[in-house]
This record gives sequence, C-alpha cells and structure tokens, in this order.
Amino acid sequence: MARRRSEDGGWSPYVAGALAGILAIVSAVVTTQWLGKTNYLGASTTFVRAAGLLEKTFASEHVEANEYFSKEKVRVDWQFMLVIGIFLGALAASASDRSFKLEGIPPTWERRFGASVGKRALAAIVGGSLAMLGARMADGCPSGHGLSGMMQLSLSAFFALAMFFAFGVLVAHLLYGRGSS
Amino acid sequence: MSHEQILGLVTGVVFGFLLQKGRVLRFDKQVGAMLLRDMTIFKFMLSAILVGMVGILLLSQGGIIKVGHKSMNVGAVLVGGAMFGAGWAIMGFCPGTSIGALGEGRWHALFAVIGMLLGAAIYAELYPFFKSTVLAWKDFGKVGLPETIGLSPWVVVALFWAGVIALFFWFEKKRL
Repeated sequence: MARRRSEDGGWSPYVAGALAGILAIVSAVVTTQWLGKTNYLGASTTFVRAAGLLEKTFASEHVEANEYFSKEKVRVDWQFMLVIGIFLGALAASASDRSFKLEGIPPTWERRFGASVGKRALAAIVGGSLAMLGARMADGCPSGHGLSGMMQLSLSAFFALAMFFAFGVLVAHLLYGRGSS
Repeated sequence: MSHEQILGLVTGVVFGFLLQKGRVLRFDKQVGAMLLRDMTIFKFMLSAILVGMVGILLLSQGGIIKVGHKSMNVGAVLVGGAMFGAGWAIMGFCPGTSIGALGEGRWHALFAVIGMLLGAAIYAELYPFFKSTVLAWKDFGKVGLPETIGLSPWVVVALFWAGVIALFFWFEKKRL
C-alpha cells in the first residue's frame, strides 16, 4: 500500500504519517521524563499565547486582567516552540528536495475565485478567525483533537473530528465544488 | 532557552519535516480532502493515529506516561467543531499546517495566521460569554471512548485498525 512517491518527490503519506505517530509516542515519553508532565502534539493554544503576547505590547493590563489569557498562561512554552519548529522543519524539508516555492495564492483558490490576493487575504482572515474561535471553544484542532486525542481514544476527539470533517466537507463543496475540475 | 523550550523546538522541527515530506501542508491538499478528491492528509493523519494509539496505550497501561483527555463538553465540541470545520474550508489550513505552509514558501498562509491570531484574541474577549452559554450546556468530563461504551481499549484499537486499513485499501482502489 505504501506505493508511489508523490508526483513531486515527496514521501508516501502513509510512511510520513507513521513516523509522526512514532514521534508522538517518543515525545510523550520524553516530556514525561524530563518535564514531569506528558505533553501531546498540539498547535492551537499557541495562537492564544501569541495573540496575548502581541496584545501585551499595547494593552498589558488588559491581557493580565483577561480570564482566558490567565487560564491559558501567556508565555513561550513547549507547544509554542513546537509550532516555531514546524516552520523550521517544513523549511528544511522543502529546501532538501526543492519543493520550496514562493506562492502568493493557492492554485485551487485561483481557479475558482481568480488571482486577486486581496480577496484571498480577506477570506483567509475571516476563515482563520472563525476556525480559531471554533478550535478554542472545542479545546483543540486537528493536531490536539485529531492526532493526540484520537491516539488516546478520547471520547471528545471522535466527536470533534467528525464535526471538523462534516462541516469542512459541506463548506468546501459550497465554496469550491463548482469550477475546479 | 529552557529545557522545555528546546525540547518543544526539536519535536516541532521533526514534526514539520514529516508534515512537509508527506505533502500535507498545502491548501490544495487540505481542500482536496474536504472535496473528497485527494485523501493525502487523511492517509497521513490516520497512519499517525494507528501507530500512535498502540504506543500510547501500552505506555499508559504500563504507567510510563499519563493520558490527558480533553473534556467531552457537548456544546464546545459540537458548536466549536462545526465552526472550526467551516473556517478550515474557507482558510484551507489548520493551525499547525498554516505555519508549516509558511515554511515551504506558501506566504499566503500568513493571512490565515493573522486571521487565527485575531480569532484567538476575540475568543479571549468573549470567553466569559461562552462559559455561561455554550460551554455550560452539558459536560461529560475527561473520558475515553472505551470506558464510555464498555469495551476493552484493545478491542477498540483492533476495531479502529481494521476499519482504517479497509479505508486505506478503498482510497488506493479509488486512487484518492
């Protein structure tokens, strides 16, 4: 089943995914041993901490008084560095096989909605805000619920992932269903 | 940097490297999956879960690591999950992949990142409101699926493996 490399020389997603599974296991053990607490892969809480750090530069007291920022603790923690690491790892991987490409507009988007960067930017900002509101409400994203929650057989992960997928499929068909291929 | 930060950074570099090599960071792959045309991201994600769930279960039963379920809060998971799904389709990235996409040069992902920072800031402002409404409906707590349905976790893992392997064969047969 782990057949054919992807068209541009990437790895089989089955192999890359299985290795990510091993990473999750190793990471759970190492964080437990070294930090005294089992950490699981995740990403969305970092956006809260980053937003808090940015807001602190002009409204420090407001951030300190905010209940949610206090609950999630605005600081550069393990997961914050993990997210920075994702950037660096992706950069290294794409440089290693020349798949790095400067791209100002996604091809699927351009086929459907044209080459306007402004239009794409507006949609990404609106979509991003909505997605993050949802991820924080659900307490996780496809990393925290999808990967880590499923690996631990959490009840919430099964429901969260089903909702992510159902609404993703629905809205994607409404948005991009016509026009492309 | 503290030990905690260095460890996070190293873990993230490996994770980002694998996400990029698996080619799951792209807008077209994310939207392709939601259009049910290209299942690359699900092949990656489900392979990671298959491997990870066995190791996590063995190690947690052996007392070496602790599981940390997220709460099965009905309103949070259903309403938040729906909002996330809709936003995911519009933005074409999830939080982790947006950062990875920036790393492989897809700089339009910056707009998605800006949107998500904005969303996080808005959530922090609205948190008291959500806490007294959506989050207050019904919370079943931090529970796992096996104890909820009364099956051994190993039975659940075996069923999950069987279902996902069947799904993989179907993906390949349909060339998804």
